[in-house]
Amino acid sequence: MGAGQPGDRERPIIMTDRTITDPKTADPTRFLSHLELDQPDKTFLDSNELVINMGPQHPATHGVLRVILKLDGEQVLGTECVIGYLHRGVEKIAENRTYTMFNPYVDRMDYVAAVSNGLGYCEAVEKLLNVEAPPRAKYIRVILTELNRLASHQLWLGTHALDIGAMTPLFYTFRDREEILKIFEKYCGARLTTHAFRIGGCQYETYEGFERDVIKFLDFVPPKIDEYEELLTTNRIWLERTKNVGVISKADAIALGVTGPVLRASGVKWDLRKAQPYAAYSDFDFEIPTGANGDTYDRYTVRMEEMRQSLRIIRQAVGKIPEGPIMAKVPKVMKPPVGEVYHSIEAPKGELGYFIVSDGSTQPYRVRVRPPSFVNLQALDIMVRGALVADVIAVIGTLDIVLGEVDR
Amino acid sequence: MLNYITSYLSSDTTPGQAGNVFWAVVYILVVFGGVSVAVMAMNWLERKALAHFQIRLGPMRVGPHGLLQPIADAIKLMTKEDIIPAEADKFVFWIAPLIILCASFAVYIVIPFGPTHAITDLNIGILFMLGVSSLSVLGIVMAGWASNSHYPLIGALRSSAQMVSYEVAMGMAVVSAVLMTSLHGLGPYGVSAVSSGTGTLSMIGIVQAQQEQHVWFLFKFFPLGFIAFGIFAIAMVAETNRAPFDLPEAESELTAGFHTEYSGLRWSLFMLGEYAAMIAVSSIAVTLWLGGWYRPFPNTLTGETWDLVFSLFPGLSFLALAVIAFIGVRRMPKHPYFRVQTIGLAGFGAVLGLIGLILFAPPVRDRIQDIFWFVAKVAGFMYLYIWYRATFPRYRFDQLMKVGWKVLLPIGIGVLILTAILGVLL
Amino acid sequence: MVNTLKGQYGSGIREANSYLGQNYMVVEPSIVSELLQILRDREQFDYCVDFTAVHYPEREKQFDLIWILYSFARNERIRVKALIADGESVPSAVSIWATANWLEREVYDMFGIRFDGHPDLKRILMPDGWKGHPLRKDYGIIQQDQEWVRANLGIESGQ
Repeated sequence: MGAGQPGDRERPIIMTDRTITDPKTADPTRFLSHLELDQPDKTFLDSNELVINMGPQHPATHGVLRVILKLDGEQVLGTECVIGYLHRGVEKIAENRTYTMFNPYVDRMDYVAAVSNGLGYCEAVEKLLNVEAPPRAKYIRVILTELNRLASHQLWLGTHALDIGAMTPLFYTFRDREEILKIFEKYCGARLTTHAFRIGGCQYETYEGFERDVIKFLDFVPPKIDEYEELLTTNRIWLERTKNVGVISKADAIALGVTGPVLRASGVKWDLRKAQPYAAYSDFDFEIPTGANGDTYDRYTVRMEEMRQSLRIIRQAVGKIPEGPIMAKVPKVMKPPVGEVYHSIEAPKGELGYFIVSDGSTQPYRVRVRPPSFVNLQALDIMVRGALVADVIAVIGTLDIVLGEVDR
Repeated sequence: MLNYITSYLSSDTTPGQAGNVFWAVVYILVVFGGVSVAVMAMNWLERKALAHFQIRLGPMRVGPHGLLQPIADAIKLMTKEDIIPAEADKFVFWIAPLIILCASFAVYIVIPFGPTHAITDLNIGILFMLGVSSLSVLGIVMAGWASNSHYPLIGALRSSAQMVSYEVAMGMAVVSAVLMTSLHGLGPYGVSAVSSGTGTLSMIGIVQAQQEQHVWFLFKFFPLGFIAFGIFAIAMVAETNRAPFDLPEAESELTAGFHTEYSGLRWSLFMLGEYAAMIAVSSIAVTLWLGGWYRPFPNTLTGETWDLVFSLFPGLSFLALAVIAFIGVRRMPKHPYFRVQTIGLAGFGAVLGLIGLILFAPPVRDRIQDIFWFVAKVAGFMYLYIWYRATFPRYRFDQLMKVGWKVLLPIGIGVLILTAILGVLL
Repeated sequence: MVNTLKGQYGSGIREANSYLGQNYMVVEPSIVSELLQILRDREQFDYCVDFTAVHYPEREKQFDLIWILYSFARNERIRVKALIADGESVPSAVSIWATANWLEREVYDMFGIRFDGHPDLKRILMPDGWKGHPLRKDYGIIQQDQEWVRANLGIESGQ
């Protein structure tokens, strides 16, 4: 069983035919793996190639994801992802619920960062109704969304490190995430699937001591982030496991529609919070971290820096929450005029978009959720071509997918 | 008969050398029992220490602070159903863990706990140790093969490749240390003019060479001894398949390791073998570089008073443990549910204290010195193993092989050559 | 931009409007493929944000295919809509944007619209072998493919 030459991984992955040099003649099937799964079974004794299955139940696939790998010894020749194990028909359900009734369903898609999902949906419907949430509601939304971004990145860091073998950061990040979840619980009663926002603003006024809790959290967490960095960023083994692993070039990333930290790590300085600001983000001053190589290490540094920038936004926001109402005037029975709207936000995982078609009745005619993880997962194949099996797990972790969102 | 037994007591060699079978068997049983107890203690320590590194508590319920957890685990594993895969090769399946166990335990024959406290002292001791500990690779391959499933087979092949690669680096480091035994000068850079040029491979001889040269080989020809020790320390972690070199047995990777198909008692034999191997290679490291059973500073801090001070350490350490146990008792919750645990912990503390007090008695004090210092040094290494596991991510397999062959081996050869040159020149 | 495109395609572009500040174009399905290519190459819409469909069963052209495109350089989004009838198939956009691969598979899975030139058109979210296309309006909310459930899960689907 060839195990690959020990020196193979030393050579940088040279993107020869993968970058789009001439879009008009680039082969569209080059992004596919030629798995030949319909051929009669070949045992691995016949050839050097082996098809193995990382089944839906696997400790490292972050949910029910099935990845079929075609290996040559230890090197990956191609992958195919089989998804749909968590498909719950959310879009179909939306057609049978009113706009407000559908609001709790969106939390369940990306259940790790539920607040962002709610923000995207509420803002999309608000656009359709042509109302705008009052400034106070916008600030509260920003604070909660950024807190959720931090929580999502912390969960990502813990699980990603665990997949690579470092067991300890998981416990540290989950412990610090508890503080955020406590704030959510005090605010809206739920830790994970928060249903924090309503169409037109926020339902709940901030509780007594909200600013104080948030400020205390802002002082509590930066040393913790430093602690995670201390454990990992300069750790020699971490560097070897993540540098030049799962590289995706800028052109490939744009062609594949990858968004979020994955795109930013490949060098595209684009963030929807800056490019098309929504919900009071234009009031705040923050930076967009980018990476140079598009490898796993860059995605790691980009997300760590995003955590710090989130803290910066929250610090600016919590100091000056404006007074005023938290709910705009929306009719009790919402009947948006006939039309369609597409609104997207920068969720922790990428561009989360809602395309809502209204036919004038109380129930949406069609709700389409554009899930960032679904599109990002497509890039898995090209990122692990030529890598080793252990890298597949690292790359799945670094893409930061949530199967609830991929499958809806 | 009685003569046979008592005649040994007046000799000053190990039972093996004296040819006294009875005492050899006694020593074997003592070492075997000691290692088993050590493995259980190590199991507990690993779970507790790992948990505390990860901001959690670890086992707390089975016995006070989880002290009876290893016993519970052992009982559970022994009473589990023994599953053998249908297509497995039954004989090989049965014998594989036994081979690993025998290979790991056979090493203990030559480990010296004191100048005469070893089962035997072969004059090729270190060579014997390296050779026998390599036999466990055979057991691993047999385990992977007998499981008749390609994931354990891949894991077994990876494990064996890893172990074999790091043995080479280990060997280089060991040879450096053995070279140093042939020097007879004092101090880190001392080489005697009458250096006979003959060192010794016997374990006791190596430790005595360190005593004779008044320096731990760790500091000999500084930094060469230190680098050789470093190489051995890294290679021994890879030898025993422990983090960060535990890819072959990691759960979040695809292939689940050579012991996938083993359940219950057979699996516990693998774990026993692994921990025993850890203790064995740590003992080698301690013997070769850390001065074996000698107390710290036996030559710089000499004299009656210093001897007395250092001889109090065993008793003091057990008393310290007893004090910690009693602090734990005080901090136990006052709920009646915890009454049994509190009493248990207090009893445990009392036993520790009693042992501590016994260790203060002069006749015991003198004899226990060597064993205590040896065990203390090995215990330090055990803690380091756990620390590594908590801190480091895992190496990918090709990176692991790269480190073994392209980093450790060249450095090892370099250290060896430099040691030899220095030994001749100085 | 719209004017150049209109000049080029004339009646092919049925409508180009803006609703709530979002630009969209309704085009004939026959020119869709070329148009998307031009949008990517000339007008720099290099990022295909989303591709989806809506089902209007009472209309003659039952399906609305919607491409949502974004241009980094211009920082603007555009929706391209094409109306097709049931059973009609559309050229695949995979050769233009690689993202379209899974997006089109999902539209096929949910609506049954086929795409010519798609390298691997099969179901993505529903199990292989499922009959029916769930997001169509004539597919009930709790409807299931009883046969598939019986054959693969061995139970009677409760629906």
